[in-house]
Amino acid sequence: MYRLTGVTKRYTRGKETVEALRGVDLTIADGDQLVIQGPTGGGKSTLLQMIGGLDRPSAGSVELDGVDLGAVGEAKLTRLRAEKIGIIFQAFNLIPTLTAQENVETALVPLGVRPAERRERAAEALRSVGLGERLAHVPSEMSGGQQQRVAIARALVKKPRVLLADEPTGNLDEGTRDDIMALLEGLWREHGLTFVMVTHDSSIARRAPRLATIDAGRITLTEQGSAVRRDAVQQQYAQQRFGGHGY
Amino acid sequence: MFGIYLKRELSRRKKAALVIAMGLALGIALVITVNSVSAGMTQAQDKVLKSLYGLGTDMTVTKARSAPKANSSQGPNFKFDAKQSGTSTQSSDRVMTQGGEALKSSLVAKVAAQKGVSAAVGALSLNVTKVDGSFTQGKANSSTSSSGSQQQGGPGGTGGGSGQPQVQGGGADFDVNSYSVAGVDVTDQALGPLATMKITSGKTFTSAQTNAKAAVVAKSYAKEKKYKVGSAIRISGTKYTVIGIATPDSGDSTTDVYLPLKQAQSLGDAKNKVTTIYVKATDSKRISVVKKTIQSNISGTTVTTSSDLASTVSGSLSTASSLASSVGKWLSVAVLAAAFLVAALLTSSAVSRRVREFGTLKALGWPSRKVTRQVVGESMVNGLVGGALGIALGLAAARTVTAISPKLTAQLGGSSGGAMSGGPGGGPGGGGPGGGGPGPQAAQNTLEIALSAPVSITTIALAVGLAVTGGLIAGAMGGWRASRMRPADALRSVS
Repeated sequence: MYRLTGVTKRYTRGKETVEALRGVDLTIADGDQLVIQGPTGGGKSTLLQMIGGLDRPSAGSVELDGVDLGAVGEAKLTRLRAEKIGIIFQAFNLIPTLTAQENVETALVPLGVRPAERRERAAEALRSVGLGERLAHVPSEMSGGQQQRVAIARALVKKPRVLLADEPTGNLDEGTRDDIMALLEGLWREHGLTFVMVTHDSSIARRAPRLATIDAGRITLTEQGSAVRRDAVQQQYAQQRFGGHGY
Repeated sequence: MFGIYLKRELSRRKKAALVIAMGLALGIALVITVNSVSAGMTQAQDKVLKSLYGLGTDMTVTKARSAPKANSSQGPNFKFDAKQSGTSTQSSDRVMTQGGEALKSSLVAKVAAQKGVSAAVGALSLNVTKVDGSFTQGKANSSTSSSGSQQQGGPGGTGGGSGQPQVQGGGADFDVNSYSVAGVDVTDQALGPLATMKITSGKTFTSAQTNAKAAVVAKSYAKEKKYKVGSAIRISGTKYTVIGIATPDSGDSTTDVYLPLKQAQSLGDAKNKVTTIYVKATDSKRISVVKKTIQSNISGTTVTTSSDLASTVSGSLSTASSLASSVGKWLSVAVLAAAFLVAALLTSSAVSRRVREFGTLKALGWPSRKVTRQVVGESMVNGLVGGALGIALGLAAARTVTAISPKLTAQLGGSSGGAMSGGPGGGPGGGGPGGGGPGPQAAQNTLEIALSAPVSITTIALAVGLAVTGGLIAGAMGGWRASRMRPADALRSVS
């Protein structure tokens, strides 16, 4: 469970100080799904970085299961990211020289998983996102949608507690966007993950059970539906693309 | 993962990797070349010293020549008689000890008895100047003289005042032949002047020939004078039979004729005298100690070790050696430093271009040390490839130097103390005693040595060490940058 209390983040550029987040208070329950929306420069990605332990707040605290991510040492924070948090990026951020399977394996390297098991688990993760035939392909040999699937497999291969996605469909066309969203919703439901996603896409934001709108560093929360509605939304995504696959 | 990732990254950035490797390779090749040439210089100097000193000789004991006394002539003196016949050939040999003031032979035993001395052998260096030729009488000019008397004189002679007979024509034609003779202790030829010589024709002295009228001639001198085994050499009226022709192990011979010590002492009017004592120490590492012992126990002598002698080597060998040790080494250091800097900057720049990649890995939970290890690993491979290329280039350069074998000259000893002086004699009423010849002459030997560039295992080890160091420096710089990257900063910089 996440508990953010008075989270403020300031950046200094020369003599100018910019407040990207201003006293954000937020609670995200285990297995919850939160979509963060807002204008460019509003503080969406900064908030996601705080939640993901990629950056530390200037003030306030970000607690995950009672651990203050802003206060722990770098080594512990790195370990926590390796074990509990899966991250998906807008630009996929795959290593261009590594194959799909090797890219997925990179998430298991910091956990000290033995090479043979690493290869097996990476292949299994890729098969689960429909890329069983693309294990040996490098990113340049795959479409944008396939690359994002590799990135999703990489985020999930370590069986994280939290899945963070920063504009995961931002670089994709509409059809592929729906594919990826259906996949993510299915995985969220299947694995019981805490799922936090940043998007500027209003159609995706409207369907989210819980919406956080952030503008000029201040957050506004909107509950868009009950658990029943959440299930309906999830099923809708799943049926659209993967009805028979059990995602 | 480390190996696969490393291999793929280096394959992707072949050009950059090659630039880094080539930079390091150039630096390393230069170090190998300078080192090997420097080693070649040392070998050449050793050859020079061996050719002068003899194998096994660790030091020599000599005595500096004292300053000439006032009104005493240190130069040779030749006496030719005026003769009435028109032309007549006259010849005179002048034999002088060379290389320093003569020491008593008994000192050899004294030196041999010193602590740390394994063996000591005395030798006498002589310089023989042979002058032979003839005078031609001048003729009186009959038109101005009624007496018709003849006077000897050279072309520069002045005849006298008005009404006096004038002398025209006449002069002198003399050849001067100067060569060096060494008197050797035939009972111990392993030490001394003959130690560096190899008999290529005939034989050397037997230990019984302590006073034999036999000579061993250096090949170059024998060739010049057309001496063969069995030929006769006449020195100051004494006839010696050539029993062997000898070639120096390296360089040119500094002595033309070798005689048994007693014979040389007779010729040089230096009975029981030697000019140089050749010394072999019991332990080559304690030469300086032995030198001090001899100097303190036998006063007035000069003890010269091979390292002392090395400092007196001049000529192109010395110049090239200085170049190799100073300019070459600094050039190597400069090129290496530049190569290291370029490698470090290129690696650092490559890390900057891979901000997103490393930021992603950190976001995935890769600890900084793993990211650093990856960067350092890539740099190390670049360094090792550079090292391999550098070793190949360096070996090729060293082989080229050895194949070309540039000739270097080495001059050892002081400058010439006197030039041939005198000339066609004669003056007014000339024909009297003439004079001329070498003044006091310090030994100066010129040797020609072919330069080689041997590459030792140490040099190769040094090259590998430099390659690893280059890789580590570049990797450390890149790795340091990568380790300082915060994942959020890395991801933000590309968004």
